[in-house]
Amino acid sequence: MSEPFLIGDSMTGGYGKGPDILHDCTIAVNPGEIAVIVGPNGAGKSTAMKAVFGMLSVRSGAVRLGGEDITSLSPQDRVVKGMGFVPQTSNIFTSMTVEENLEMGAFIRTDDFSDTMEQVYHLFPILKEKRFQAAGELSGGQRQQVAVGRALMTKPKVLMLDEPTAGVSPIVMDELFDRIIEVARTGLPILMVEQNAKQALEIADKGYVLVQGRNAHTGTGKELLADDEVRQSFLGG
Amino acid sequence: MDFLNAFVALSNFVLVPGIAYGSQLALGALGVTLIYGILRFSNFAHGDTMAFGTMVTILFTWWFQSMGISAGPLPTALLALPFGIAITMALVVGTDRAVFRFYRQQKAKPVVFVMVSLGVMFMMNGLVRFIIGPGDQRFSDGERFIIKARTFKQMTGLDEGLAIKTSQGITLVTAIIVVALLFWFLNKTRTGKSMRAYSDNEDLALLSGINPERVVMITWLIVAALATIAGTLYGLDKSFKPFTYFQLLLPIFAAAIVGGLGNPLGAIAGGFVIAMSEVMITYAWKKVAGYVLPESLEPDGLAQLLSTDYKFAVSFAILVIVLLFKPTGIFKGKAV
Repeated sequence: MSEPFLIGDSMTGGYGKGPDILHDCTIAVNPGEIAVIVGPNGAGKSTAMKAVFGMLSVRSGAVRLGGEDITSLSPQDRVVKGMGFVPQTSNIFTSMTVEENLEMGAFIRTDDFSDTMEQVYHLFPILKEKRFQAAGELSGGQRQQVAVGRALMTKPKVLMLDEPTAGVSPIVMDELFDRIIEVARTGLPILMVEQNAKQALEIADKGYVLVQGRNAHTGTGKELLADDEVRQSFLGG
Repeated sequence: MDFLNAFVALSNFVLVPGIAYGSQLALGALGVTLIYGILRFSNFAHGDTMAFGTMVTILFTWWFQSMGISAGPLPTALLALPFGIAITMALVVGTDRAVFRFYRQQKAKPVVFVMVSLGVMFMMNGLVRFIIGPGDQRFSDGERFIIKARTFKQMTGLDEGLAIKTSQGITLVTAIIVVALLFWFLNKTRTGKSMRAYSDNEDLALLSGINPERVVMITWLIVAALATIAGTLYGLDKSFKPFTYFQLLLPIFAAAIVGGLGNPLGAIAGGFVIAMSEVMITYAWKKVAGYVLPESLEPDGLAQLLSTDYKFAVSFAILVIVLLFKPTGIFKGKAV
């Protein structure tokens, strides 16, 4: 099998000089795919994604994007390389308007980014309606759309979402998932950490179940949903 | 009862000086609030940055005067102002490189930064006194008044006169231009927006590829310009004395906090709130009351709430009230 587009290969590491949180953990995603990291609380789901994004020190293993080793790059440099990251919290500029948020997303671009902005507005029509409103005044679901839109403005080659549905209502969650599928259909690989494991695995092409920083189960979303062990251990039967 | 005369007296002694003083405080508070919003600490050296900028402007003014260059009816200091700004910019950017950057790299706590700025304050304080001395300096020239009290009386036939000093007019016009430019810069330009983004959410700004060192440098440049302009306007309006500028720190901080630290609009509002309160509480209301109230109610005394010597108590009192009841200020700023 050829190498995936983005891969965090057997990563071991932790925050700063602290103890290792990840142990030989592998996470990968290919174009057009949605890969989901799920697992019980404290399993290191977000940590695994942050490791891929360079926010903690990977002591062994490597991160490769399109075959290039980016293990030693800072998160900022990885953005330039084409990684879009949406943090779980404080992922928008609350005091700035929706449009300014998108402009700031495109800060590293020197070319004309108005088509990308049109695409984002096309994907999230509500944002176009509220473009001159302060992003902090929007509802939870709308804020997440701003956050995803901001990350899309760099025209990333891969999009990483850290619990995009945290704290939004089930209806809004379904809508967000629909949007995420729509983004994935454009061919953009999406790596996502999710608390709502069942719904997330339903839309996932690939699922990673982490337990205590290790790969416990890996497979397509459907396989994992059908796996008795996975269901019993944390999907609630 | 004579409302017209009352209003003219009020304008002459309260409104006009209050607006001028408020504009000066607003410009000073804008500098403090920008530093707080971007660098996330209270810069105690701001008053002395103003003193330094004003001092350089004064030196250039004297040099221009000695060469016979003048701005006609306007003060020569306006011509010297760009030079004062440029040198102050060099000083604060140099200070940032030599002092503050070290603590930024250490990721020092805000309180450490405050203490560092206190040290910078003493250094600048010493520098200014060393160069120009601790005494009072007057450097305003040109036409002293836009309208003289006597001319106003002759024009209107009223008993009360209204005097508007040139320095007051210049203060207001300059403040409006500077504030308009600043808001245009912050809201419309890419660099200005990146500054707001950095102030709003530092981590996300880094993720968006905004260079923090550039944002910090531009902030210092703007702050140097604001401080020099505010200081020069204050000096033209009153006089220049290093110690007075150090004392200005209190009303300036009060203005920034009352408005909401980190919020430029708040700094302007705060400046006027503090200035008006100070002027109104220390003004002897006897004359205005005499025009408005019926004879039987006229006050016997001066009707002055507080002697001008205690004007700093006003800033303090407002500061305490705001921090007790609305810690984020009138416009929502960051919690202190």
